[in-house]
Amino acid sequence: MVPTQYYLILSAILFGLGVVAFVFRRNIITIFMSIELMLNAVNLSFVAFSQAMPATSGHKLDGQIFVLFVIVVAAAEAAVGLGIIILTARNRQSLNVERVNLLKL
Amino acid sequence: MPNFPILEHLWIIPLLPLLGATINGLFGATWPNKVVNTVALSATGLSFLSALEAVREFLGYYQQTHRAFRKEFFDWIFTGASAGNFRIGFDLQMDQLTVVMVLVVTGVGFLIHIYSTGYMAHEGGYYRFFSYLNLFMFFMLILVLAANYVLLFVGWEGVGLASYLLIGFYFLKKSASDAGKKAFIVNRIGDFGFMLGMFLLFRTFHTLDFSQLFAAVEKSGWPHEAWGVFGTFTIASLLLFMGATGKSAQLPLYVWLPDAMEGPTPVSALIHAATMVTAGVYVVARSHIFFQHSETALVVVAVVGCATAFFAATIGLVQTDIKRVLAYSTVSQLGYMFLACGVGAFGAGIFHLMTHAFFKALLFLAAGSVIHAMGGEQDMRHMGGLSSKIKVTYWTMLIATIAIAGFPPLAGFFSKDAILFATFAVDGEQAGNGGHILYAIGLLTALLTSFYMFRLVFLTFHGKQRYDEHHVHVHESPWSMLGPLVALAALSVVGGWVAAPALWGGVDQFSEFLAPIFGAHEAPGLSEAVAHSLELKLAGVAIVAATIGLLTAFWLYLRQPKKPEQLAKSLQPAYKTLLNKYYVDELYAATVVRPLVWISDHVLWKIVDVEAIDGTVNGIASGATAIGDSVRHTQSGNARSYATWVVVGALVVIVIVFWPTLRPMLGMVTK
Repeated sequence: MVPTQYYLILSAILFGLGVVAFVFRRNIITIFMSIELMLNAVNLSFVAFSQAMPATSGHKLDGQIFVLFVIVVAAAEAAVGLGIIILTARNRQSLNVERVNLLKL
Repeated sequence: MPNFPILEHLWIIPLLPLLGATINGLFGATWPNKVVNTVALSATGLSFLSALEAVREFLGYYQQTHRAFRKEFFDWIFTGASAGNFRIGFDLQMDQLTVVMVLVVTGVGFLIHIYSTGYMAHEGGYYRFFSYLNLFMFFMLILVLAANYVLLFVGWEGVGLASYLLIGFYFLKKSASDAGKKAFIVNRIGDFGFMLGMFLLFRTFHTLDFSQLFAAVEKSGWPHEAWGVFGTFTIASLLLFMGATGKSAQLPLYVWLPDAMEGPTPVSALIHAATMVTAGVYVVARSHIFFQHSETALVVVAVVGCATAFFAATIGLVQTDIKRVLAYSTVSQLGYMFLACGVGAFGAGIFHLMTHAFFKALLFLAAGSVIHAMGGEQDMRHMGGLSSKIKVTYWTMLIATIAIAGFPPLAGFFSKDAILFATFAVDGEQAGNGGHILYAIGLLTALLTSFYMFRLVFLTFHGKQRYDEHHVHVHESPWSMLGPLVALAALSVVGGWVAAPALWGGVDQFSEFLAPIFGAHEAPGLSEAVAHSLELKLAGVAIVAATIGLLTAFWLYLRQPKKPEQLAKSLQPAYKTLLNKYYVDELYAATVVRPLVWISDHVLWKIVDVEAIDGTVNGIASGATAIGDSVRHTQSGNARSYATWVVVGALVVIVIVFWPTLRPMLGMVTK
């Protein structure tokens, strides 16, 4: 069986990549995808912990249920987020995040 | 025990004027004068009637119990057991001293209310005037009916407030509003002493209730403090006396009273002659038990009283404003009252308080009638020859003058005689003691009193007419004003007769009446026969002194009308000093007022207020602005920068949460 730490390290790497992409990429779609990457990195650690949990604890499936919740939220977020992206692209004729600069009065 | 309907509800006496003040104050503005003065007069009139009934009931009560009547109406301050059961109640009491004060206050007060309806008829703010006047009556009655020092102090401060409002009644006049402020501030200095005195008494005896305090003093056998000893009683007495010097216009705090003449004349009569200014004498008499335990305090009271009497009388000699002469005369007569208290003759002091209330109120009201007749003129140099034109005013004023000058058989003679006799006899038969000096000054003051009062009468009513008949239409006042004059004149005549039997060997009924409070006052070390013949002799001397004053005034102002001017010229420095009131106001201005104003201006205002207080408040505000200024750049509106902040924030949270784990790792790195 693969030790849990491996999963966790992979998860951390994926999350870190997501963060870096989130901060440094300019394309909104790429940023959006990096958010998905971070969410799935977290999902990975959830299932890893779930697997490591002994069956006798009675909480064996908690992590996996959490993952389902996260996927649902991510799907909803994707729907809204893609809608925003489409509107932005229409209004600005561009997907550059630098152009999204009106978030203040 | 039979019922005492009014005595059991003593609060009704002060409450009625308060009711009148409230009704007139709130609704009187739109009412016609007639309604306003009906409210005010019925309030004080009913108060006077209930006071009479209460006194009648009290005399019955006293015959049964031989105790002062005292009733607790409700707790005002009550700390509960955890703080030592400290209680200040709304407690009223009635004893012989209160009887005298209550009757003087409500009786004279009622007469002056009647007078005011005529005097103020053509003035603006009619409802305001009566509202204030009723308010004054309320506080004054609280003052004299109170059964503890704290409630007394409520009345004490309240009459000060009413006095302030009424002095500044013509508040559009700068001098009037200044005089009001002066009265209030000077009184505050005295009140400071009064409060310290109360604190000291409370610390020593743990109560401020009259009956408990006096019982505690008597029971514990406190030592008598001889001359020069500064024990608790001396200090407490002197502090209370300091309050009295403020309220009763004694040296050195008398300066406000002459200025208080800016108020309407009925106010001068009621507040600044008959009642409020005697509150100090009342407090000293009420606290007599402390004073009697301290020779030092008594001597101070006597000396201050005597000095004030003489000092004010000399100033009165040269004043030309008719009301100012009377004002200094009031200060001088109050000095007599304190002199009486200082030599232990509290009964005589209260007696003079009563007779003085009659004739001084009369003098002021008559002066008001003169001013009314002259169309507002107050300078005696512009009067003269009025006696035939305003006859009632003239005769009543003449009666008051004879009374204050001390001619028998009018009221002032008996009370002044009682004081001078007590002063002379204070040392017993040991000759060459302080009592004789005080007596000599007192006698000289009596002479001066007679002189300046007759000077006032001669200048005003006799001699050549010194005003222009075309401009001044002299007319007698309406009967609403003359009625009170006549009533007070009658009182000025008969008011002293209760003490008259003492002259032919009988009993002084007034002292007898007050004996339950002050104890029978006997001349120390003198047998009854000696005392009696001495009293007759002194009375003779006093009459001679008064006659000299009268004749001098007659000679100077009627026979030789040129003479006073020549005298003034030849005695220029003395005359100037007197005319300028010994430059006391200037002295106070230089030593107290101006430094105070300077400190207020340069330190309290420009440093403490502007720099410290405003500086702190404004500093906090501008600090917030500066922080906001520097931080607002983080909010750029750029989505990317927000994303960065989210990451930074998350990192910070992670570092904080995992700090215990992270620290050893960092330590490894630095090692």
